[in-house]
Amino acid sequence: MSRVVLELEGVTKSYGPVVAVRDLELRATAGELITLIGPSGCGKSTLLRVVAGLERPDAGTVRIDEQVVAGPRDWSPPERRRVGMVFQDHALFPHLDVTRNIAFGLDGMPRSRRRERVDEVLGLARLGHLARRYPHELSGGEQQRVALARALAPAPAVVLLDEPFSSLDETLRGQVRADTVALLRTTGTTALLVTHDQTEALSVGDRVVVMNEGRIDQAAGPVEVFEQPATRFVASFMGEAVFLPAHVHDALLTSEIGLVSTVPGWTGTDVDVEVVLRPHEVALAPSPEGSGVVCGLEYHGAFVLHSVRLPSGSLVQSWQPHSVRHPPGTRVAVSVVAGVRPTLLVGDRAMTEPPG
Amino acid sequence: MTQAATAPTRSTVTSPRQRRRLRRPWWRSRWRSSSDRPFWSALALLVAAFVVLPVLAVVVDGLEATGSVRLPSGLAAMALTTLLLMGGVAVGTLVVGGGLAWLVTVTRFPLRDLFSWMLVLPLAMPAYILGFVFLSTFDEAGPVQGWLRDTVGQGLWLPPVRTLPGAVLVLTMTLFPYVYLMARAAFLEQSPSTYDAARTLGAGRGRALRSVVLPLARPSLAAGLALVMMEVLTDFATVQYFGVETVSVGVYKAWKGSYDFAAASQLSVLVLLFAVAVLTGERLLRGRARYTQRGSRGQGLEPVRLHGVRAAVAVVCCLVALGIGFLLPVVRLAGWAIGEARRSPGELVDPRFSGYLANSLTVAVVVALGCVVVALVLGHAGRMATGPLPHVAAQITTFGYAVPGAVVGIGVLLAFAGLDSLVRGVGVEGGTGLLVTGSVAGILYAYLVRFLAPAYQAIDASLTKVSRTTTLSALSLGAGPRRILWRVHLPLARSGVFVAFVLVLVDAIKELPLVLLLRPFGFSTLAVWVYELASENYWEKAALPALVIVAAAVVPVFLLFRHARLVDPHRPPAAGRGRGPA
Amino acid sequence: MKRVVLTAVCLGLAAATAGCGALDGSSGDEEPADIQVYSARHYDVENAFAAFEEETGLKVEFLFGEDADLLKRLEAEGEQSPADVYMTVDAGNLWAAQQAGVLQPVQSKMLDTAVPRGYRDRGDHWFGLALRARTVVYHPENVDPADFDTENTYAGLADTKWQGRLCMRDSTEAYTQSLVAALIETYGREETEQMVQGWLDNDVDIMSNDILLLEAVDAGTCDVALVNHYYLARELEEKPDMAVDIFWASQDGEGVQMNLSGAGVVATTDNEADAQKLLEWLATDGQGSFIGGNHEYPVNADVRPDSIVAGFGRFDPMPIDAAAYGQRNAEALALLEEVGYE
Repeated sequence: MSRVVLELEGVTKSYGPVVAVRDLELRATAGELITLIGPSGCGKSTLLRVVAGLERPDAGTVRIDEQVVAGPRDWSPPERRRVGMVFQDHALFPHLDVTRNIAFGLDGMPRSRRRERVDEVLGLARLGHLARRYPHELSGGEQQRVALARALAPAPAVVLLDEPFSSLDETLRGQVRADTVALLRTTGTTALLVTHDQTEALSVGDRVVVMNEGRIDQAAGPVEVFEQPATRFVASFMGEAVFLPAHVHDALLTSEIGLVSTVPGWTGTDVDVEVVLRPHEVALAPSPEGSGVVCGLEYHGAFVLHSVRLPSGSLVQSWQPHSVRHPPGTRVAVSVVAGVRPTLLVGDRAMTEPPG
Repeated sequence: MTQAATAPTRSTVTSPRQRRRLRRPWWRSRWRSSSDRPFWSALALLVAAFVVLPVLAVVVDGLEATGSVRLPSGLAAMALTTLLLMGGVAVGTLVVGGGLAWLVTVTRFPLRDLFSWMLVLPLAMPAYILGFVFLSTFDEAGPVQGWLRDTVGQGLWLPPVRTLPGAVLVLTMTLFPYVYLMARAAFLEQSPSTYDAARTLGAGRGRALRSVVLPLARPSLAAGLALVMMEVLTDFATVQYFGVETVSVGVYKAWKGSYDFAAASQLSVLVLLFAVAVLTGERLLRGRARYTQRGSRGQGLEPVRLHGVRAAVAVVCCLVALGIGFLLPVVRLAGWAIGEARRSPGELVDPRFSGYLANSLTVAVVVALGCVVVALVLGHAGRMATGPLPHVAAQITTFGYAVPGAVVGIGVLLAFAGLDSLVRGVGVEGGTGLLVTGSVAGILYAYLVRFLAPAYQAIDASLTKVSRTTTLSALSLGAGPRRILWRVHLPLARSGVFVAFVLVLVDAIKELPLVLLLRPFGFSTLAVWVYELASENYWEKAALPALVIVAAAVVPVFLLFRHARLVDPHRPPAAGRGRGPA
Repeated sequence: MKRVVLTAVCLGLAAATAGCGALDGSSGDEEPADIQVYSARHYDVENAFAAFEEETGLKVEFLFGEDADLLKRLEAEGEQSPADVYMTVDAGNLWAAQQAGVLQPVQSKMLDTAVPRGYRDRGDHWFGLALRARTVVYHPENVDPADFDTENTYAGLADTKWQGRLCMRDSTEAYTQSLVAALIETYGREETEQMVQGWLDNDVDIMSNDILLLEAVDAGTCDVALVNHYYLARELEEKPDMAVDIFWASQDGEGVQMNLSGAGVVATTDNEADAQKLLEWLATDGQGSFIGGNHEYPVNADVRPDSIVAGFGRFDPMPIDAAAYGQRNAEALALLEEVGYE
């Protein structure tokens, strides 16, 4: 396990009666890129601001490079934390050109060393040709790169990015995102990136932290978060999902659609659960005896999303290749794609062990 | 600047008109695009002509009378003194006004809400009262030095009061509200993330203030300072008490001492050129840098609660600033008023008092509204037409503030005299009649000429921070210029509009030379009344009406500030916070 | 926003219309006045005009302003001017007005008898109505009046024995200018320059208000000051135990420097008769109410000054030459500037 660069313990922060974050625990190791995702108001921006020192937590401890920067007795202002931040609106200084924006954080350095560092960062971010431009003379993507370069210039322990791509248009976003991640990787920077885009969170992060109502619901690798969501919220927030009432009896999972899968290790159990089914995990086969009826089609190009109504009235969805189109009204047999071990919920929590 | 002109260069050039435009050299297309909205350019020019007319009349009269330029021998020394005074007051008001605006905006401490509006009040104190009040209090023979000598000892050395530094101090403590008001509006409008960005880049509060917040507030600070500079340039009433020979004192002496109005008007033009140089110089120094901000506007900077000693220091700072420019004169005046009440209680209140008060208030409100409307239209015109014409016109309109009030008044008289002979020349019997001095029309016109500057400076500073793309996007959404004025520029510049209104209102209530010179028979204001008494040294009799002038200014300032909490996003947490958890 | 603005505009318009009656001062009165006066003098004119109306039935209205401003206004208004009489507080401005051609001569036996020749225009364009003296005041404990030069007291203040003990008015003040103009006229430019230079060499403390000068002498921070006599009279009326005594300057020489407040009939008036009547009354029966509260000296030898001023004793005045005050004022300013008297 590599060195822990950022550590939050029991961090709580409220605004008046509203609790923004509650009892947060989080660690980031050197070079790790963590994405933070959650619905608006879940506390992800507050978390960033607490780490940056722009907000003072009501309780808990924040450590950066093993130094306590916020705790019951300690407090370091933002300028003494070695935390870089990239803002949603980039927050470039409109009265300074690119070079001086980047040099802003290098105040303590000798002049020659500062110039060297600015050139280095300009090169890394491929901004050399824009050095003398003012922010209003840059495109949105360029502004974002300057904002990142500026945050990286002082070689901070952690870089925080607050929805850095949200102000860019769709076509630009992919390229800028790739550039950003590449730059963070090249420099080996530990980073916390807030996003509201699930695909972005999953594709960029070494680890994904899903937040809801001020708490962390799950913090794990992207695959685990998507395939083994820890809560009902994570399951539904990180991708399309339907929840079907189901039953586990002696390691066999059954529901309205029949036998779903086996649940190894659950021998001897007999419990009611809910099974999480994602559209790509649901298989359809046209059959006059099938229990489901196709009630809707959505053409997405490469795939076609089928909505199927079950006898109980529940709806399941299924991705089918673009060549497969079952017209509405078609009776289909619904099953789960072989090899899938869907997530089981008891209440709002996912169960990996049999309850009791 | 050129977005509008270059937009058609994108691939879809279809209409012949657009193709023709493309072939034009860039300078032509620039002018062309300005004439795309000839109405707004013409309107701006018309306003400029209207305002500059009296100033021109003075210049022409001055040159006509002599045919030559006559400048006093001591001009170099006067100019130097003026420069020193301006420099000193500029630094002073920037530190005091800017500092207090910062303190009040980003920190919370006891009585902060009260101070936040009371700090405007030193503006309400008329200049012709201040000099005497200060010297009668702090000069050698005054009660303060007397008390110090009695308690500490006769040998006590105290700094001389009637000096350049003394004048700098007094002018600073009475003019800082210009900078304070403008800076406060700028700080409130500033995007908080820029400040936060500076902090996370290793800048402490001080450096973030110095290198980000202040530079971004530059258009507003410059506007406030420009007003202060023009006040200093044209001040005579206060400065002469301190024996400081500025160019305006030169104007006064030439006119009233040497009976040489021509020389006086030439000097006034010099003062004006001085002001123009200062204003233009500031614009040029901005270069390519911009001060508009993207993103979350209006959330403002997060205030920090001060405790203990630091809170006490904050309170003391506000008290000192308020004390010198406002509380001290008020206490002194109240003392005199009480003395007068004891001596002759019957004569205390003149029956004409209420009429004068009504006149003062009515003129002030009408003028403040008029100036705000004209200034808003000017600022809007500058944004609607892309050419330089409306901007130049708008700059010209602010010159009225850089000419001493009495000279503006004479200018209005001369301009109308010229108009009258013109009308007679055409053959109209009786000419224009007594248009200026026979009614309040002349006063209102002169007020507009003089007070358009503070209104325009305040509103333009706010509009400067509205990104050009905002205007362009509104245009692209099919909104006409009038709708943009109403729905985009007015709401976005509302803090500037509000500042403009307060500034003009307070200035207009205490304004003296214009009314004195242009009023018709039987028309008087409180300021005139106070001046009539003060000019003959009846300070005890003048004290009560002077206090009423101050009170008349206090009420609108208070009401407008309360109303302007709309502008202030930092309301108590219970009422819902601007920045919620996100 | 829109509603706020609309409300504001409506309020403004309402205020404007409501205020119009009040604003339009002249039409608010029941009847226009018979005589309209542009006056740089405020104090006591009101009482005097009220008394005049009572005696003659002629209503007088006046507009207060600064002398030079009102003169410029008269010029700009030309024939349209409503003014019948122009009244100033110093001789120089009367001369300037006559030079500008805005006054007309008045042939009046009554005025000729009431106002001594020295106190009116040779061409009868204007007439002095009240007199004031600019003389020396001192702190009785710190100064022995025998130390003053009785031949030319103003020049005597240049003596080194007054080093650090003098206070005087600033050069922007008309009082200072006309004093120096009078000194130039009487003693010549060179001698006057020596006097002023001598005051400066004595580190004269230059203040910008006569009341402040009197307070400084009273407090003992100044031993000697030059002030207008009526300010002392006025202060003594309120604070009889003030430690300030008066000394009549140059009584063994050219006399104490004087200035006058006076008036003339405006050239464009359509009411010469009433205007003349007003001037005649002010110079005779009206003298008392015109100067009464202000402690000035009457121009009319038949009228006695008030008791406080009478208590200052009799003195010899330096002659007033209005033309000299007017013409020499610029020269006085130049002199003051040359020697560095602010």
